[in-house]
Amino acid sequence: MPATEFGATAPHSSDDLAEADRLMTICNSCRYCEGLCAVFPAMEMRRAFADGDLNYLANLCHGCGACYHDCQFSPPHEFNVNVPRSLSRVRAQSYASYAWPRALSSLFARNGLVVGLSLALAVAGFLIGFTFRDGRATLFGAHAGPGAFYDVMPHGAMVVIFGGAFLYALLALVMAARHFWQDIGEEPSGLADQRSLAQAMRDALALRYLDGGGLGCMNEDERPTDRRRFHHHLTFYGFLACFAATSVATLYHYLFGREAPYPIYDLPVLLGTLGGVGLVIGCAGLFAARWRREPAIADEERFGMDVAFIAMLFLTGASGLALLALRATVVMGIALALHLGVVFALFITMPYGKFVHGIYRFLALLRYAKERRNSG
Amino acid sequence: MIEKSANYDVLIVGGGNAAMCAAISARRAGARVLVLEAAPKFYRGGNTRHTRNMRCAHDAATAILTGPYTEAEFFDDLMRVTQGETDEALARHMIRESKAIPDWLVEQGVRWQPSLGGTLSLGRTNSFFLGGGRAMLNALYDTAERLGAEVAYDCEVVDLSIEDGMFLSATMARGKERLAVRATTLIAAAGGFEANLEWMKQYWGKTADNFLIRGTPYNRGSLLKLLLAKGVQEVGDPTQCHAVAIDARAPKFDGGIITRLDCVIFGIVVNKDARRFYDEGEDIWPKRYAIWGRLVAGQKDQIAFIVFDAASRELFMPSLYPPIEAKSLSELAARLELDSTAFEHTMREFNAAVRPGTFDHTILDDCRTEGLVPPKSHWARRIEQPPFFAYPVRPGITFTYLGTRVNKEARLIMRDGRPSANMFAAGEIMAGNVLGRGYAAGIGMTIGSVFGRIAGREAAAYARN
Repeated sequence: MPATEFGATAPHSSDDLAEADRLMTICNSCRYCEGLCAVFPAMEMRRAFADGDLNYLANLCHGCGACYHDCQFSPPHEFNVNVPRSLSRVRAQSYASYAWPRALSSLFARNGLVVGLSLALAVAGFLIGFTFRDGRATLFGAHAGPGAFYDVMPHGAMVVIFGGAFLYALLALVMAARHFWQDIGEEPSGLADQRSLAQAMRDALALRYLDGGGLGCMNEDERPTDRRRFHHHLTFYGFLACFAATSVATLYHYLFGREAPYPIYDLPVLLGTLGGVGLVIGCAGLFAARWRREPAIADEERFGMDVAFIAMLFLTGASGLALLALRATVVMGIALALHLGVVFALFITMPYGKFVHGIYRFLALLRYAKERRNSG
Repeated sequence: MIEKSANYDVLIVGGGNAAMCAAISARRAGARVLVLEAAPKFYRGGNTRHTRNMRCAHDAATAILTGPYTEAEFFDDLMRVTQGETDEALARHMIRESKAIPDWLVEQGVRWQPSLGGTLSLGRTNSFFLGGGRAMLNALYDTAERLGAEVAYDCEVVDLSIEDGMFLSATMARGKERLAVRATTLIAAAGGFEANLEWMKQYWGKTADNFLIRGTPYNRGSLLKLLLAKGVQEVGDPTQCHAVAIDARAPKFDGGIITRLDCVIFGIVVNKDARRFYDEGEDIWPKRYAIWGRLVAGQKDQIAFIVFDAASRELFMPSLYPPIEAKSLSELAARLELDSTAFEHTMREFNAAVRPGTFDHTILDDCRTEGLVPPKSHWARRIEQPPFFAYPVRPGITFTYLGTRVNKEARLIMRDGRPSANMFAAGEIMAGNVLGRGYAAGIGMTIGSVFGRIAGREAAAYARN
């Protein structure tokens, strides 16, 4: 009997997708992992895996690693089942394929470099702008009290630059998300399913599937720990707190005419400090986890993208805290330029880096919640 | 690292469920424990790595079990599948002890889940390991090592020193290295000999060349052979093994669960002469799947083909390898390298014999053949809707029945009928005491955990006295 290759349930547009099909075919004939996360129950609802299905499953995967260590067919077994790495590759490929505008999809391939350059240029831009503004020695001038930041950089300029960067990032992310939603075979109306939305929210906010089926990630070896989820929580909620700090400050500015910097006991500073600390500790933890990830399941080609995003969030938190500490000194201008440069670079690279994982993960969870409800 | 001069209380040979339950149980009782696993770390655990559930008695439904499964019902099931070939007292003892096992395993880090998709028939009786057998093993190893049990891989025991029913030492081989390991007690938990094709050939002859082994190549039975050669009483029919029909394209070893095919009842099965040879619809599949390995072993070149049509294509779990597909029956015959005339004759004869009925694969339906030898008693539908499909199948060997006799303390019984003072056994190596023939899903794991736990406790008690 001639040996038959298994796992070609559909034609595929890349070798990584074909490999993911091969693995899902193996997993679908085993199903031992169905209690670990959402990927395997979603897989069981299918008998064949087209590219859209695989992109959906890949973005549903949180990369906890449990299925690799639980699998009796992982390498060195000849079936060579390595679901976390395969789905990571498909996932990264899908990020590039959904990028808007399409011409910028190649930014994913050298993401570390792109983010690094954006950061350097943005910081340099702010430093140079501050230095030469109105020909005054703005950068090292002593500034204190309300409106001190705006001595360095006018509020209007800040709003235009950051508002613009934010709106651009938002537009690019929405367009990319639309593309993903279509690719996995969903209709726009599917976004309006309230109960599924609520379920997806709960699953995303709790990182329900980053727990290896209950005890934690198997990131470094087969012994589970829940550290990765803890650090992701610190990072994510830290980011939200920073975002909230900025939003509150914006309200203060326009509604009450109160200008930054605010006293340290005031809400924007409290939220920002909390968020900054969360980002710094969370990102340090996530970086350590990424660094120590079991080589067999680590997707090394994506190391740059993963680390670049963690680094940007870390720097956002750290530079924000530095600004708080130094805001009454002569180096406030430099600290502000650094912080603004980091945040600007973070925003404009958002649609072309690891940040998008959150968007697609949430949409995949939404689809999974719908599928669960529909299958009774 | 193994210390040459160390004085281990308990030496455990093997590395699966039984061995690790024994290691944990002995360690918890304060014994110094060494585990010698013949396989490398990845393949550790013998057949346990391919398991997924365990059958334990319970008086009420639990979070993961849908209803009670009493000791009496468990015993009845055991009597039915073994046709009475069991040590009744030992079996009842095991079933009683099984009640505490699920909670005990949770304490050792094992996690449970409700029955997997496609196994609803086991939802009341069997608890499933979250993540499967390898996840269960990982938890047991982690716990055993945290408790201080020493584990060494790639260590096959090649000789035993036993005097008058007393274990003295074991010689282990690791690569070219030979090392004698002394210990106060021995627990044999090294499984059967299903992967030892030379041994299998003693009973099956050249037929065994066409067997596929569902577990790792390390289940060679070396310890079993040593024990039987050194005066331990044997139990179980040496010629018998658990064999199911698995995809003929599976690898020689360790294809595990995913090479199985659950579609016999949807079609017909023909041999190399394109003839049918057994009633494919005799009974519901869970009660019959384990006879097909033996049936196929009895056919020419130990190969057969499950043939079905488009109407049945999606009625069973997706398979690892796709079925061989053809637009016509003659084309299918060519693909399977079968005589086309004979194959089409078999198909015509079968289709003509099918009586009208209401098809329902979940019950013993009334779709059957009439005047056909052998008949197809249920689920018989004409195979006429192209495309046509076939899976080639061969015997897939799961485990062997030959073992060592033990008593309720898991103590080995010598050929003269006396129990050994310091040798114990657990798991597949002594399963034949309870399971003389047949099989019931998850019972191998029950035997492993129950007797592993007992053996660990008893060995530690002996060693510390």
